[in-house]
Amino acid sequence: MKELVIISGKGGTGKTSVTAAFAALAENAVVADCDVDAADLHLVLEPQVLSRHDFSGGSDATVRPEKCTGCGTCMRLCRFDAVIMKQGIARIDTIACEGCGVCSHFCPEQAIDFSPAVNGQWFLSATCHGPMVHARLGIAQENSGKLVSLIRNQAKQLAKEENRDLILIDGSPGIGCPVIASMTGADQVLAITEPTMSGRHDLERVADLAEHFGTPLAVCINKWDLNPSISKLIENDARQRNLPVLGHIRYDRTVTEAQIRRRTIVEQTDAGAAADVKNLWQAVCGLLSIPQYNQQDAVPKS
Amino acid sequence: MKIAITAQNPSPESAVDPRFGRAPWLMIYDPNEESWQAIDNSKGLNAAHGAGIQAAQKVADQQAETLITGAIGPKAYRSLTTAGIRIYHGAKGSVSEALQAYRDGALREASADDATGGV
Amino acid sequence: MNRRIAIASGKGGTGKTTIAANLAYLLARLGRQVLYVDCDVEAPNGHIFLHPQIRERRAATTSVPFIDDEHCNHCGQCASFCQYHALLCLPKQVISFPELCHACGGCSHICPQQAISEVPREIGTIELGSAGGIDFASGLLNIGEAMSPPLIRALKNSLAPVETIIVDAPPGTSCPVIESIRDCDYIVLVTEPTPFGLNDLKLAVEMVRALGRPFGIVINRAGFDDRPLFDYCQKEQLSILAQLPDDRRVAEAYSRGELACAVLADFKQRFSALLATMETTLKHPSAAALAGRST
Repeated sequence: MKELVIISGKGGTGKTSVTAAFAALAENAVVADCDVDAADLHLVLEPQVLSRHDFSGGSDATVRPEKCTGCGTCMRLCRFDAVIMKQGIARIDTIACEGCGVCSHFCPEQAIDFSPAVNGQWFLSATCHGPMVHARLGIAQENSGKLVSLIRNQAKQLAKEENRDLILIDGSPGIGCPVIASMTGADQVLAITEPTMSGRHDLERVADLAEHFGTPLAVCINKWDLNPSISKLIENDARQRNLPVLGHIRYDRTVTEAQIRRRTIVEQTDAGAAADVKNLWQAVCGLLSIPQYNQQDAVPKS
Repeated sequence: MKIAITAQNPSPESAVDPRFGRAPWLMIYDPNEESWQAIDNSKGLNAAHGAGIQAAQKVADQQAETLITGAIGPKAYRSLTTAGIRIYHGAKGSVSEALQAYRDGALREASADDATGGV
Repeated sequence: MNRRIAIASGKGGTGKTTIAANLAYLLARLGRQVLYVDCDVEAPNGHIFLHPQIRERRAATTSVPFIDDEHCNHCGQCASFCQYHALLCLPKQVISFPELCHACGGCSHICPQQAISEVPREIGTIELGSAGGIDFASGLLNIGEAMSPPLIRALKNSLAPVETIIVDAPPGTSCPVIESIRDCDYIVLVTEPTPFGLNDLKLAVEMVRALGRPFGIVINRAGFDDRPLFDYCQKEQLSILAQLPDDRRVAEAYSRGELACAVLADFKQRFSALLATMETTLKHPSAAALAGRST
């Protein structure tokens, strides 16, 4: 059983569209949407939720106004500017609160409750391409890394139970905790980049991150024909760092059309970007040594 | 000389749980008494970062000097080695089978380089 | 009267940096005082378009606990207090996991032996400089660091007061974005007319409403499948500040690291119009909201 994580460094390069297409092409995979901050994969894969679960990433502090004397101890101690004094009574700004417990512990009146919060929900679902684990993090919630780890673990368990070859993980942009949590220990990371100076710069950051954690990284250049010379530069960068460039996907408006029709690109058409994605998929399967069964074209959705 | 083994259920016949931080139980074997004790590690199931650290705290609190498990991550590795606890990984089968494998010298001791598995 | 304007979005890649950098450029061309701050400390790109001269580079630090072994009696209170499992109390010593620490100060306050002090730990760098007439500030998170909010906080604390501060926020709706935009006077949400763009805009709108900040929408790469987006904006009575049409020339300029305003006259006009709308909005929030609704 292999874990493939698809990330981007820079946002908007097409990693979710590629992950969705891979889900349609894979014969025996579990899909995990670890982009919990701004999840989009469900828009195309249309999961049917089989079970939903609350996620608690930490605890929240709440002041009991009737016990508060307005002494301001909590405000003095809070490192996160999460205490507001209103008319002599303290109030915790739940968005700023990082759940450290200091205010509650040191309140002389024991006026602050500190209890586990529900920060989001995660779901076990079914799609026409196989099972999917995904989540929704509450607005302005912390601990996306924790939720990502939870999703990965659930996906791993599911894959073991159902004898699946592959876990396909849609990662987040950036290089911070949700990305780290989605990448560490994976068999292969695929970075989707774009032929822009920004894309090139962010790919370097992602490559540094993968190196730091010792995770194998491969590259795909999406919309490569928008700037062939920068595409070439990115290929050179990759070669210099011994990173395989597994594919190039051409710029193709059909990708957005497919998204609008709630389909993956390979279900919308055979030509253009869809053909490029299929070639990319073949290369990925080769790299991961995962069986491809009878490689048929993905069946278009009715 | 106590030995801790990660388990899915609170019994020596239970399957070994391959994950250290998130194993539901820690079976502690006392070779002097030849007895087993089951320690609840269910808090670790819900934690993500720090699951290994929490589990390491339990192993240390039990004064176990050896840990047997499937895979271990870098924070857990650091925690246990700092505490002077020796780690043997790659354990399979039941808890008592894993104990036997350890005694037969069939399990590998973990090093810093292979402590990457604890998702 | 100083003001901070954040450029944010739920979805990555919608055009935040494009818009933030171009607005900063225009303001400077008009002779106005402007500071551009790149809060996307994980993957900053503002420098690619603004070409700043950096005059100061400093390490940004957060605090982590340091345990004085001589006074520590291994009572374990610090470890059981820590919500982030950043401390482990072993029989002979207490060890810390600095990468998990949130610098809340709890352990040092709670230690009955007063054996814990806080020491700095480097998490990234802050760069300050200027780009033409634009003051420039940016942060870069060290590779392997999980948390960006402490760096974003430090970055914002290093800013000099200036008439207009343009905050280029990271993508998303979780803690790094909140840290970047929470103290801003106005938030511009950038979106694109695609299903993913609309989905993430809804999340972003929830976020800014939770923060209680006035905000408006810029539709970037408009002209494809705009109807669902318009319908949503109308239903939610959102102010649409501008619609920038999808234009291959803009994409190509962007790919080369060029500012659209500097190389495309018609886009310079569009950005100028956006700037004018924003100025009006900042002076008369309700009037601009009405104007937005009628679009």
